Amino acid sequence: MHIYDLIIIGAGPAGITASVYAARKRLDFLVISLDIGGQAAWSGDIENYTGYQFITGPELAQKFEEHMRKYDTALKENEEVLEVKKAGEIILVVTNKAKYQSRSVIIASGKKSKELNALGEKEFKNRGLSYCATCDGPLFAGKIVAVIGGGNSALDAALQLIKIAKQVYIINNTDQLGGDLIMRQKLADAANVIIFNNSKVLLVSGDKFVSSIKIASNNQEKELAVQGIFVEIGLVPNVVFVKDVEKNQNNEIKVNLRNETSISGIFAAGDVTNVPEKQIIIAAGEGSKAALSVFHYLSGKVFNN
Amino acid sequence: MAKSVKVYSTLTCPWCIRAKQFLKENNIEFQNVDVSGDQSAADDLMAKTGQMGVPVLDIDGEMIIGFDKEKIKLALGI
Repeated sequence: MHIYDLIIIGAGPAGITASVYAARKRLDFLVISLDIGGQAAWSGDIENYTGYQFITGPELAQKFEEHMRKYDTALKENEEVLEVKKAGEIILVVTNKAKYQSRSVIIASGKKSKELNALGEKEFKNRGLSYCATCDGPLFAGKIVAVIGGGNSALDAALQLIKIAKQVYIINNTDQLGGDLIMRQKLADAANVIIFNNSKVLLVSGDKFVSSIKIASNNQEKELAVQGIFVEIGLVPNVVFVKDVEKNQNNEIKVNLRNETSISGIFAAGDVTNVPEKQIIIAAGEGSKAALSVFHYLSGKVFNN
Repeated sequence: MAKSVKVYSTLTCPWCIRAKQFLKENNIEFQNVDVSGDQSAADDLMAKTGQMGVPVLDIDGEMIIGFDKEKIKLALGI
């Protein structure tokens, strides 16, 4: 089986930038990813990526993709990595379609929306239950919706929805909303918002589509009639495929300044790691750093085969 | 003969934008249906697909939910 110099897992800002640097270092490498653009493709307006005073997430993602493709990079899209493990000097990467071998790996698999783990959640996903208010919010014009969460992403979703929906409930599991004061003030001024603090979701139910949500609010059960539910309770790192590397309490992969993980030859970059501050430009910078570290690692290494 | 392609979308949805970009890059003509401005179109979409997510592509009657590039390519024969 062919042994690559490097396999990059993920094609968000970190993975794509790593691919550009790897291509310019003439490494023999492969990019494997479920999608292109990662969370950047989901972002709305971006005004803090240097060089662009204003660009939308999908446009920036397209620029990234063009940059990656300029180098005729080998890309396996729509392919899911199931396992990464080291065997001797070689790292095995198993996907839902094939098996690969490489001398090094950069994990840049990012984060995904956290699930509620409530009854009915899976059943009603895309049938009234959504993880993206920006995407699906406009489908709920004049309807009653619930936003689950109390941080910035939940407040952002609620602020989008008050302009569209008839009534917005916010189901927050702490005693008061978090997030930025300016957003909380805007919500306080809105006439169609009701906030349930100290509340958690027990059950999502309906027939063909969502029709109600059962919550425990201050230990009292309540059933609210809703047609839409937006889950905005944060993000979790995509790390299920790599069991052996060390992670922090948030399940993020621990890396050092050179993007090395606890296993030599396995590097990581971007939102999947414990690097502070999750920003597109930081993920991109970390991706370039990881690729350069891989280059130094491979240059200094004498391989037996 | 060119296939009839409809994209059900909303203005803000990132994957809708990506789907339309993809069709344009491949020189595929399509009709955009903005369901955010049109409740009857939204109801029509829900009735046809049994779900409430966008984008949905209607390619000669075949409904593809989400920006599923492989399925879209297959349906378009590209």
